[in-house]
Amino acid sequence: MIALTSIINIAMRSLIANAMRSFLAMLGIIIGVGAVVTMVAIGTGASEKISAQISSMGSNLILILPGATTQGGIRMGAGTHQTLKMTDAEAIAKECSEVAAVAPVISGTAQVVFGNQNWSTAVLGTTPDMVTVREWDVVMGRFLTDQDIRSGTKVAVIGQTVSEKLFGELDPVGKIIRIKKIPFEIVGVLGKKGQSPTGQDQDDIIYVPITTAQRTLYGNVLPGRVRLIYAKAISLEAIPLATEQIRTLLRQRHKIAPGQEDDFTVMDLTQVLKTAEESTKTMSVLLGSIASVSLIVGGIGIMNIMLVSVTERTREIGIRMAVGAKPKDIRRQFLIESVFLTMIGGVLGLLLGIIASLILSSIMQWSISISFLSAFIAFGFSAFVGIFFGFYPAYKASSLNPIDALRYE
Amino acid sequence: MPIIKLENVTKTYKVGDQQLVVLDGISVDIEEGEFVCIMGPSGSGKSTFMNIVGCLDTPTKGKYYLEGVDVSTMDLDELSEIRNKKIGFVFQQFNLLPRATAIENVELPLIYAGVPTRQRKQKALETLSWVGLKDRANYYPRQLSGGQQQRVAIARALINNPSIILADEPTGNLDSRVSIEIMEIFKKLNKERKLTTIIVTHEPDIAAFGKRQIRFLDGKIISDTKS
Repeated sequence: MIALTSIINIAMRSLIANAMRSFLAMLGIIIGVGAVVTMVAIGTGASEKISAQISSMGSNLILILPGATTQGGIRMGAGTHQTLKMTDAEAIAKECSEVAAVAPVISGTAQVVFGNQNWSTAVLGTTPDMVTVREWDVVMGRFLTDQDIRSGTKVAVIGQTVSEKLFGELDPVGKIIRIKKIPFEIVGVLGKKGQSPTGQDQDDIIYVPITTAQRTLYGNVLPGRVRLIYAKAISLEAIPLATEQIRTLLRQRHKIAPGQEDDFTVMDLTQVLKTAEESTKTMSVLLGSIASVSLIVGGIGIMNIMLVSVTERTREIGIRMAVGAKPKDIRRQFLIESVFLTMIGGVLGLLLGIIASLILSSIMQWSISISFLSAFIAFGFSAFVGIFFGFYPAYKASSLNPIDALRYE
Repeated sequence: MPIIKLENVTKTYKVGDQQLVVLDGISVDIEEGEFVCIMGPSGSGKSTFMNIVGCLDTPTKGKYYLEGVDVSTMDLDELSEIRNKKIGFVFQQFNLLPRATAIENVELPLIYAGVPTRQRKQKALETLSWVGLKDRANYYPRQLSGGQQQRVAIARALINNPSIILADEPTGNLDSRVSIEIMEIFKKLNKERKLTTIIVTHEPDIAAFGKRQIRFLDGKIISDTKS
């Protein structure tokens, strides 16, 4: 039994002796593995970003929008009619057993002023449960209270972006800002949420008591109407049942006859999540097929070079056999050579992929995620390609007749 | 007991539809320590004889006993092992690995014998010293003269302490002065180590080094003389 280190040594030397050719043979593998690593890094980065954004909305979230997607045969788009009321939100909270918390929203945009700073932002009227529904932390001060809702106090809780724009380094709690020229006292600051799945800055926001918003900010255009209701199901599994309970309740409350369409839309984020998962899956399949095609092409390149190498070194094989190399020693030598070619190619490809991903992420501002798993798979796959495509040349070398091989010119 | 015993060895090749008889019922005994020269025109079967004796080939018919063991029915792995342990080859073309240094060429048989690196290097250096090339250990074959290359090849043949040295026209590519030097090495080996030596040659003055001359013609032995 000949020592493995000796065979590895022999294989390494012959690769180094033909450095240029070895490199060219590896190129297919390098590019293949590099492309796979890069694309997986970008793909994983993108899907991680999407799921982070979705989960930033709050888990088990259900959205209830006024208006239906179609009404009387005319497509209207959700949110076109103000059909939802404050009382609807209260009823959902009271009657739907699968709903943990409810927060209605009245929305609008307003100019906000503090000292000589001013900023245009979304000012939303809501109830104390908003932080529960959206799973949002209050980092300074407090959120709105039931007392605020009852009394319609002029208090506001601001998001991180608003805090930065208006106050910079200052502590905003206790400061007075003017929203539509009306003074509001800031009682709390919310934690950072980042971008929503639709790309909006969730931190560019001010929450005020819903009653205050109705009375003083957005007038009495439609008293008691709300723009949107957020609800939180008691668990992920409860979302479908909670959705159904909300629908039934609202149909009842809005006196919608059977057969008639809803005048509201109930949405949950599981659909968004599912879509994201599906697109990630499609991407993985796509990447997988590109990976296999490029690695197969790379493997054929390796096989080609190894066949040339076997022919070129026929005499060497003859000499080795004459001094006592067994067919399996020769086979192992050439197999290790091709596995080395592909593995070195795999490592170089991995480096190329990492560099390419880093460059792309810095130039294109794409989020990337280089996973250990993709590196491992790329590496393992290239070793497998080496064995698979190296086997035939190695077998050919080992089955040479030593007499003919020694005579080969 | 003869170290090499061939009994009625026949070797035929199929060329198209015809059977080409290369060795035609050869029987010969060679005793341990003999110095044999094989002569004959090309195509007379002497190379095939050497291949069979060297376990690179097996007879179509007949028996070949090496040190009393029948090797004519052995498989490829067993034949490799015999070549590795019992036989040292020296070729006309030297047949050194061009990308390996002298010492690496010499240690090659020990790699396949599974000898650890340090022992291999040590033994290869000793053997190189014996053929007078200790100071050329790290030279590549192309940096050596023909005579030096053949000495490296002889060192390689000797390194695993074989029972038999087989040399196929070892002086065919060398000038007459160097040829004599190489033949002196074979002679010394035969004399000092009692190494059984078989050399194929065309040249009568080379053949004269041997103590026994066997002539081949048309696959048969036509003369077998001891001097």
